[in-house]
Amino acid sequence: MKYGNREPLFHLVKRDGVSVWRAWAIRLIAFLASLVICGLIIFAIVKLNPLKVYAAMWEGAFGTNKRVWVTIRDSMALLCIGVGLAPAFKLRFWNIGAEGQILAGGIATAACMIYLKSMPTGLLFLVMAVSAVAAGAVWGVIPALFKARWNTNETLFTLMMNYIAIQLTSFFVSLWENPYGSNSVGVINQTTRIGWFSPLFGQQYMLNVVIVMSLTIGMYIYLRSSKQGYEIAVAGESVNTAKYIGISVKRVIIRTMVISGGICGVAGFVTVAGAGHTISTSTAGGRGFTAIIVAWLAKFNTFVMILIAALLVFLEKGAMEIASRYNLSDYASQMITGIILFFILGSEFFINYRVLPRKKTGGEGANQ
Amino acid sequence: MRNITKTFGSVVANDKAWLDIRRGEILALLGENGSGKTTLMNILAGIYFPDEGQIFVDGREVSIRSPKDAFGLGIGMIHQHFKLVDVLTAAENIVLGQEGKGRLDMKAAADRIRKIRAVYGFDVEPGQKVYDMSVSQKQTVEIVKVLYRGADILILDEPTAVLTPQETDRLFAVLRNMRDDGKAIVIITHKLHEVEEISDRVAILRRGQFVGDMPTAKTDAREMTNMMVGRPVSLNIERPEPKGRTSRLEVKGLTVRDVDGVTRLENVSFTANSGEILGVAGISGSGQKEMLEAIAGLQKVASGSVTYLDPESGAPEELIGKDPREIAAMGVALSFVPEDRLGMGLVGSMDLTDNMMLRSFRRGHSAFTDRKAPKVLARRVVEELEVNTPDISTPVRRLSGGNVQKVLVGREIASSPTVLMTAYAVRGLDINSSYTIYDLINRQKEKGVAVIYVGEDLDVLVELCDRILVLCGGKVSGILEGRKTDKREVGLLMTRLGGGAEK
Repeated sequence: MKYGNREPLFHLVKRDGVSVWRAWAIRLIAFLASLVICGLIIFAIVKLNPLKVYAAMWEGAFGTNKRVWVTIRDSMALLCIGVGLAPAFKLRFWNIGAEGQILAGGIATAACMIYLKSMPTGLLFLVMAVSAVAAGAVWGVIPALFKARWNTNETLFTLMMNYIAIQLTSFFVSLWENPYGSNSVGVINQTTRIGWFSPLFGQQYMLNVVIVMSLTIGMYIYLRSSKQGYEIAVAGESVNTAKYIGISVKRVIIRTMVISGGICGVAGFVTVAGAGHTISTSTAGGRGFTAIIVAWLAKFNTFVMILIAALLVFLEKGAMEIASRYNLSDYASQMITGIILFFILGSEFFINYRVLPRKKTGGEGANQ
Repeated sequence: MRNITKTFGSVVANDKAWLDIRRGEILALLGENGSGKTTLMNILAGIYFPDEGQIFVDGREVSIRSPKDAFGLGIGMIHQHFKLVDVLTAAENIVLGQEGKGRLDMKAAADRIRKIRAVYGFDVEPGQKVYDMSVSQKQTVEIVKVLYRGADILILDEPTAVLTPQETDRLFAVLRNMRDDGKAIVIITHKLHEVEEISDRVAILRRGQFVGDMPTAKTDAREMTNMMVGRPVSLNIERPEPKGRTSRLEVKGLTVRDVDGVTRLENVSFTANSGEILGVAGISGSGQKEMLEAIAGLQKVASGSVTYLDPESGAPEELIGKDPREIAAMGVALSFVPEDRLGMGLVGSMDLTDNMMLRSFRRGHSAFTDRKAPKVLARRVVEELEVNTPDISTPVRRLSGGNVQKVLVGREIASSPTVLMTAYAVRGLDINSSYTIYDLINRQKEKGVAVIYVGEDLDVLVELCDRILVLCGGKVSGILEGRKTDKREVGLLMTRLGGGAEK
């Protein structure tokens, strides 16, 4: 017996600059591994053929032309919010108030659709877009002002703003209730379609794609090559460095939250005018939180966000399909989504570290 | 230690390194930055686990997986940054983390501490709170903590970096007592004269490998440096005569209070001249940081003035009350190399190009950044200052300390400043990099820049600077002529206002 001569079984070595391809290969392996595990669990619990289940998921998301476009529409909504969160999170301003900012934008959009029916279409669209952006921006900038002035905690503040927005939505829903007693707004302008996104290139949701994709590209350029984007990067990494070179951190916080809230407002605009044509407390539907995952997984690269938003929406649609087709409860599909996300997030660990088995170092008794 | 290898990503910190540590001997471990000294010692102290290699203690192979294992083997390390709880007393800090059954007997612990104190001649009072202590007292607590746990192999990582010459002498006396008691001591340091003074044997690492060891008596500074660097190096610091001295920066009655209202800097007045290096000495925390930050527009000032005299017209400009951006916009070419390189001077996760851009990104009216000029600058800095980096798109955090500093200094002097302020420009840098930095500072001085050099190595201060301003507790303790003073005099002024008494 030698003192303290127990070798650890594995040890971790930090990797240094993994190539992009290798990182994506690891993520892909993690995704495939998660499918295998899900398959085993599905088989163990409900005795269904996992391949059939996966095929059902695929059909749920891409089975018909209409489903493809609904999947695209919902991916775009999620992507839009992710794009909005990107600058705030890069600044390390934890904006978890996207829900509220979406609702603010949605309320503004719905109000325009209801009250400005007589306006020419082009002008109405402009007013709707501008007021949605403004409403989202206001909702986003309030916590930013408090943070800049009194250094309040933005995480709690933005979260609380969500609940105010939800209550405000309830108020407007009861104000605009239609038909009376339904406790919902119903489809706004159902017959006249005033303020609805009109089909583009023959596709009903093409305008959503155009708006969100231009924001995605614009945000990519903004963060990467604009002076303001550079200020966000510096202030997010180190407040002291920002002060040292004379960046006003307060101004950056306020400006960035105007942008972040504004884009989340656009998400509300697109959701109300371009998808649901109604407003309710579930218009945001938790996407403001899901988008946090989108933004983080993509490391604020808005192009990567496209992929992740699409994956999440695919999982959601697929899970809904298997739940209805095989009479599984919602929890089954949520479990699958959870397992897949766990593997993808967990793979980041293997991208940053290598796990090596303990080598025998020669001397006797190195492993006993 | 035999064939120790440790890698961090693609960086090999230790490459089959060897080391023998003997009882009853003080071993000085030397090496440039990034040569793996601290990593090797951290492996011994159980903080890192080696990828390969074996460690033997008293002839037995051991595996050290945690600091607890290391303590079990009698190995204790005193780190560069102290790990003490401020609100506890010395004795409480010392017993902290000790395992034991039943009631904690603080009295017995204090008695044991007094015993250790008596044996080795420490200056420590068990009941004193840590927040009341000076840096050297805190260090003493760290040493006693290690001894209390029964360590007989002590590792000290740059213990003298934060001490005055007088405190260093006291520390060395204690270390000698411990050696005579049969303990094994390893001291990591960059200061060669200290190596000669205290150690019995020196061991040298270069690029993670063991180069050689020899008795200190049989070597000299030149040989040690050559072994560290791998080629001959000149060890003299130049001090060119100042030319065309005119006053550039006049500081009058500068007083700074921190957020708690504590006075950090009181009524400080001095003039910085062009073509001259003004050294600033003082125990750490004597107001050096506040002084530089106040001049750079980063610190709120309670009272006083900082007047910049334009080198062309001689027109005075007041800097107090302006932020760094406004100061730059006024055409005041002020460069500042702050103490906290990665936390303030640079952004660690950004690459060299983006860090070069920090100073210049606002130029031009375009809403977009221009990365061409910073790229050129980054390449030039890498080439001229011999920055060791894979390429200019490497995040600066991955570079070693010396190279980080070269990037920072390179950027600051690239804007051709008229005032250059540096805070601890060579802290943690090896000899070779330090001399590169001294050289850069001297070149700036010859160009007519007013240099303010805040330093901690008094030997360097008295060799490099034309005048030395000594701070003591936030006040000016004296301004000395660099050519006519010595480090004893500076050391006295650092500890006592005006250097009185003790004569």
